[in-house]
Amino acid sequence: MRLVILGCGRAGSSLALQMAARGHNVTIIERNPDVLRRLGSHTHVNVVLGNGLDLDVLEQAGAAEADAFFALTRGDNTNLMAAQIVQRNFGVKKVALKAADPLRADAFRRLGLFVINASAIIAGMCRDWVLDEPIRPTGEYNILVEEMEL
Amino acid sequence: MYIILMGGGNVGTQLAKRFIAQKHEVLLLEKDSTHARKLAALLGEQHVVHGDGCDIRIQKAAGFNRAEVVVAVTGEDEDNLIACQLAKSIWKVKRVVARVNDPSHEQVFRDLGIDDCVSATSIIFNLLDQQVSSDLVIPVGALHKGGMEVVESTLSGLSPLLGVKVRDLALPPGTFLVYLLRGTAGGPIDGETVLQEGDMVVALVPLGEAENLRQVLATAPR
Repeated sequence: MRLVILGCGRAGSSLALQMAARGHNVTIIERNPDVLRRLGSHTHVNVVLGNGLDLDVLEQAGAAEADAFFALTRGDNTNLMAAQIVQRNFGVKKVALKAADPLRADAFRRLGLFVINASAIIAGMCRDWVLDEPIRPTGEYNILVEEMEL
Repeated sequence: MYIILMGGGNVGTQLAKRFIAQKHEVLLLEKDSTHARKLAALLGEQHVVHGDGCDIRIQKAAGFNRAEVVVAVTGEDEDNLIACQLAKSIWKVKRVVARVNDPSHEQVFRDLGIDDCVSATSIIFNLLDQQVSSDLVIPVGALHKGGMEVVESTLSGLSPLLGVKVRDLALPPGTFLVYLLRGTAGGPIDGETVLQEGDMVVALVPLGEAENLRQVLATAPR
């Protein structure tokens, strides 16, 4: 598979290393060259330095040919915008992103994006663990029901 | 009218001042607390709220549900886009306006449902581009002992003269568009004529008004 990942933070670099180790073609887009050390020195991850909201940078990273795209920076709005650009302008079918704000995550889930909210997953797993309930599929933790009341 | 502005930079602050002067109900959202306090001192406490305009709880507290217009003018395109998308999808705000900092994002914003977006870069570029093309008001002769100039101009796709009846054009006084060459067909221009891109127009301009005609041609479209 050809994968493009935006953001070489902890999530982005881990995903890149895991998928590269399984023989997939991975390109990571990152603005800050300092954090590329997370990829180590012997990896087969392609790197494009630049702003992931720049259409030229996305093009250069091969977004048009990607089988999947992941927006994993720490900026919720950056991730939401990048995911929508890649989905719409580059026609990538599988697009996932992370959003730290559960309300924003839910709002954009309703608009058809696959949004991962780490706090909801952590909270749900802690809850079930402490209550001795069986650990469920992660998708069931992704939505913080209590947070949804406006 | 209730207008919510997001982003208290220069653009947001100046817009807030103008809308307040026009007696609109205005709320300016600013993310930085120190800057928000300064803005409150400048514009009045009731017009400024400290908070992230993309935070749905802040949006609720700010009354997005009853806003007639939401204007997002921060320096970050992603923040402007997401604020406007949330305003439309959650709060059903009828009119959202976004500032676009990277002009290549204009089409992205439109594709994602933000119809009103403003890019300073594009506006300035278009103005200068028109300035350049309006220089193509070419003097071709003089009449009336030099009191009138005969000029010709080929209209670009950006010309503000396109699509309007000639009688409705605001031309400098004493200026007449007299002859039209469209493709290979030439003919007179009258009040009912509607000009198109690529038209070559011959005009009579009183001496001293040629510069004003250039100005008309240099006006930004719309």
